[in-house]
Amino acid sequence: MTAIPHETTKARRTAGIPFLLKTAFINALIALVLFSLMIGIRTEAGSDGQLTYWTRFGDLASIVAAVFGGSIVIELLRQWIGPTGAEKLVPPSVQSGMSFIGRYVAPALLIFTLLVPVIFYDQRYILDLAILVLTYVMLGWGLNVVVGLAGLLDLGYVAFYAVGAYSYALLATNFGWSFWVCLPLAGILAAFWGMLLGFPVLRLRGDYLAIVTLAFGEIIRLVIINWQSLTGGPNGVSGIPRPTFFGIPLDNSDDGLAAKLGIEYSPTHRIVFLFYLILALALLTNWVTIRLRRLPIGRAWEALREDEVACRALGINTTTTKLTAFATGAMFGGFAGAFFATRQGFISPESFTFQESALVLAIVVLGGMGSQLGVALAALAMIGGFELFRSLETYRMLVFGMAMVLIMIWRPRGLIGHRAPTVYLTKANAISSDLVKEGHG
Amino acid sequence: MDYFAQQLINGLVLGSIYGLIAIGYTMVYGIVGMINFAHGDIFMIGGFIALITFLILISLGLTAIPVILLVVLLVSMAITALYGWTIERIAYRPLRHSFRLAPMLSAIGMSFVLTNYSQVAQGARVKPIPPFIIGGYTLHESADGFVIQLSNIQIMVVLTTIALLGIFTWLVSRTRLGRDMRACEQDQTMAALLGVDVDRTISMTFVIGAALAAVAGLMYLLYYGLVDFFMGFVAGIKAFTAAVLGGIGSLPGAMLGGLAIGLIETFWSAYFSVEYKDVAAFSILIVVLIFMPTGLLGRPEVEKV
Amino acid sequence: MSGEPILSVDRLTMRFGGIVAVQDLSFAAERKKITALIGPNGAGKTTVFNCITGFYKPSGGSIRLAHDDGKVIALERLNDFRIAKQAKVARTFQNIRLFPGMTALENLMVAQHNALMRASGLTFLGLIGVPSYRTAEKRAIELATEWLKRVNLLDRADDAAGNFAYGDQRRLEIARAMCTEPALLCLDEPAAGLNARESAGLSELLLSIRNELGTSILLIEHDMSVVMEISDHIVVMDHGLKIAQGTPREVRDDPKVIAAYLGTDEEEAAAVMESGS
Ligand SMILES: Nc1ncnc2c1ncn2[C@@H]1O[C@H](COP(=O)(O)OP(=O)(O)OP(=O)(O)O)[C@@H](O)[C@H]1O
Ligand SMILES: [Mg+2]
Repeated sequence: MTAIPHETTKARRTAGIPFLLKTAFINALIALVLFSLMIGIRTEAGSDGQLTYWTRFGDLASIVAAVFGGSIVIELLRQWIGPTGAEKLVPPSVQSGMSFIGRYVAPALLIFTLLVPVIFYDQRYILDLAILVLTYVMLGWGLNVVVGLAGLLDLGYVAFYAVGAYSYALLATNFGWSFWVCLPLAGILAAFWGMLLGFPVLRLRGDYLAIVTLAFGEIIRLVIINWQSLTGGPNGVSGIPRPTFFGIPLDNSDDGLAAKLGIEYSPTHRIVFLFYLILALALLTNWVTIRLRRLPIGRAWEALREDEVACRALGINTTTTKLTAFATGAMFGGFAGAFFATRQGFISPESFTFQESALVLAIVVLGGMGSQLGVALAALAMIGGFELFRSLETYRMLVFGMAMVLIMIWRPRGLIGHRAPTVYLTKANAISSDLVKEGHG
Repeated sequence: MDYFAQQLINGLVLGSIYGLIAIGYTMVYGIVGMINFAHGDIFMIGGFIALITFLILISLGLTAIPVILLVVLLVSMAITALYGWTIERIAYRPLRHSFRLAPMLSAIGMSFVLTNYSQVAQGARVKPIPPFIIGGYTLHESADGFVIQLSNIQIMVVLTTIALLGIFTWLVSRTRLGRDMRACEQDQTMAALLGVDVDRTISMTFVIGAALAAVAGLMYLLYYGLVDFFMGFVAGIKAFTAAVLGGIGSLPGAMLGGLAIGLIETFWSAYFSVEYKDVAAFSILIVVLIFMPTGLLGRPEVEKV
Repeated sequence: MSGEPILSVDRLTMRFGGIVAVQDLSFAAERKKITALIGPNGAGKTTVFNCITGFYKPSGGSIRLAHDDGKVIALERLNDFRIAKQAKVARTFQNIRLFPGMTALENLMVAQHNALMRASGLTFLGLIGVPSYRTAEKRAIELATEWLKRVNLLDRADDAAGNFAYGDQRRLEIARAMCTEPALLCLDEPAAGLNARESAGLSELLLSIRNELGTSILLIEHDMSVVMEISDHIVVMDHGLKIAQGTPREVRDDPKVIAAYLGTDEEEAAAVMESGS
């Protein structure tokens, strides 16, 4: 589609103060109407169930004033920067430069990550946060196979995370199976569910795919909530065994790892162990994905994203190709879920809501679909950013939602805007994301 | 039999509400090809605005119920429509010609914003209102004492839905705006070349969709007697499911899908289990799509090679 | 065996609702020959291709493909990807369908998917990097390189296909189809949008495919200079029906063809047909 030229572009560039004030005034007026009832009036149900209300005109006035001032500032900024689209702010030369930097950023990032427990050994908070970020990096990499490579939209990815988590939790609490036995099982079970989801969506496109995957995620969550005898319902599963160092527990007991090594026990040992565990799982995901991309199956995924009809004309079985993509992505989600369960020691359906799926999808899209480094950076930015706003409490999701909108407007194609070829004769030229299709799903 | 008839009535009423929301999804999809994930929250905002307007009118001493209802209807439609318009301007228009996933994520972000805006602005607790429209008719009383009831509020929901559908169908098929909308649906570039103001038409689509959602919000408030900040999510995905089930992009499909989801939910709750009613609705959606990949009334997608 | 046609289409009919796009069409394509399918716009040529390659399920009739070893396959019974995989029919598209975000080399590697998939032990052996997969991949790259050379795109092997000029994209699409090592190659208007020099190059390429590799070719083309120069046999369609067939010379002189081709304006039609001689 060609962009329809915006008539007001010229007017904006040359606009004077009257125009500025007029825009700001109109915006303030709109804000006044929008917020008049929602902010100006506060309702609350009293103890007797009777609804009461009080006014907050002061708040309303300050918000409207803020919109007025904000419009002027934004309009001024827009005139200074010019109406160039955000995408053009990053010229192609810088883009290819970024791929060059990427070659060094990735190893540097990896080395830094390996050293995190050493550097921040005493800062439990940072270690916990790092584990959280790595979990999302892994989820992002897993979903990237489905969305970024195969171009299939999946709005219910969290279902596989849940399947993995509950698989481990139930197998471990009911049968006492160890984490290392359950981990592959969790992956396999999740992959199985991925295939199950794959079947109905084979013939679906775009938004039909979106709703079916979303519905699938909700079905899994609702079944977990309601199948109380198996899953404990809304109360979840607690007392999930902590991971062991290949059978040696990481606790303060006599046959704990600390005692065996003859060092003093510290609870941080377990955190550090968990950190390296999720790092290893994430790196495994990354390694497998990178290898798969260079194998025929991975190329077929990407070809599917580019043009499904052409794939069929070349004799590629699009059914199995799609199913393997779903299964592979789901398997990584299942691994991550098992890790989540062992780390938390307690899981409940609340951890597996649609918001979680949306967050992981946002990480993949913000990363630049298909780019492994991009996904890692996006996970760091999103989860880290989300933590930064912890002090805002109830406003946190508000800020998070706004950030999602702004980021999409700023970089609709994500941080890393190019694709690396999987095979080359003389030189691996980065391919601009403008050429790369995003699939029909 | 009586039990069945009663459930049928309940299902149709619920389905009408879903249908009204589903129309907003389907319209936006038809014209800009995106899922407006924030639409469920627009419905929620509509409910809240209706609630607050009620409160104000009553505390002003108004007692004539029809007048109150009319004012509430108009105010909530107007303000909610402005929400729809603003959201399109801020979150979707800059991404109009971008990659498909970007506007979708922007919409999901917007949905988070609206949910939490409402939570912050009005608190997290459920807001009940006393029943306004009471009474109804007993249609039939069987020997064992079971009565089929048709309450006035149910009649009102269905009548309002029918009236709105009538107006809406007229709007789309007979007016200049409707023609412009259909033109943009076919080919935006061509429509622009032929003098259709594409921006305005798309804005109007969002405005109409939001206004219908506001009506649905009001109906929900009157029917269930409460609103809360989270109701947009569940109702939103149900309505979205309805739109897809009916065939997204098709207006009669949206209404049909809404009724279907309403009936499935009600009957499943009545005859099987309340807990699994949503699971049933989603599963039926999946099964239908396996056999009809473009929904009940959606245009089958021809793969031009 | 070689006298038997590679492709025999018998009473093929394709209906879309009320429209009959192809009606009772019968023709055969000789082995190791170039057969052209021509006709005015909307005659139903692409529809015939879509039936042969399994994108449409024919409303009636049969399509038989006879391999060199004598094996006969009923194409109308196979669906989509199996026709390319098992019957070894490759095709290009009227509106080019490359993988624009992948490099030329990658496009040709995707075309060898099935062979590589087998070599990679359905991915598992490839994942651990067994040597036999590595040699298979090396061979695949060699085949791709050879085709890039043949279509004159070797120096652009590592560029994204979406960046190629139109004529280059057409040639790359042919190379991609050939990398599946087909028995029958179906080309839908390969010369569309090419200039005279590029068209001449295309003719040469197609002749070399037929002569050196012995691949049978089925060709839809509006460019009469190409059709007349390289075809061994021509089938003419109009409104879904076959109206004539024969050698280029026979077809060119057929008044029915001339009349159908450009309506009633015979003089102009004759001029078009002449341009091909
Ligand atoms: N999927 C479809 N659904 C409905 N009608 C179709 C479909 N595919 C083709 N047709 C119709 O069949 C007829 C033949 O179309 P076809 O594309 O085969 O013509 P063609 O000979 O390839 O023309 P051209 O030279 O323009 O490519 C046309 O009238 C077309 O509209
Ligand atoms: Mg054609």
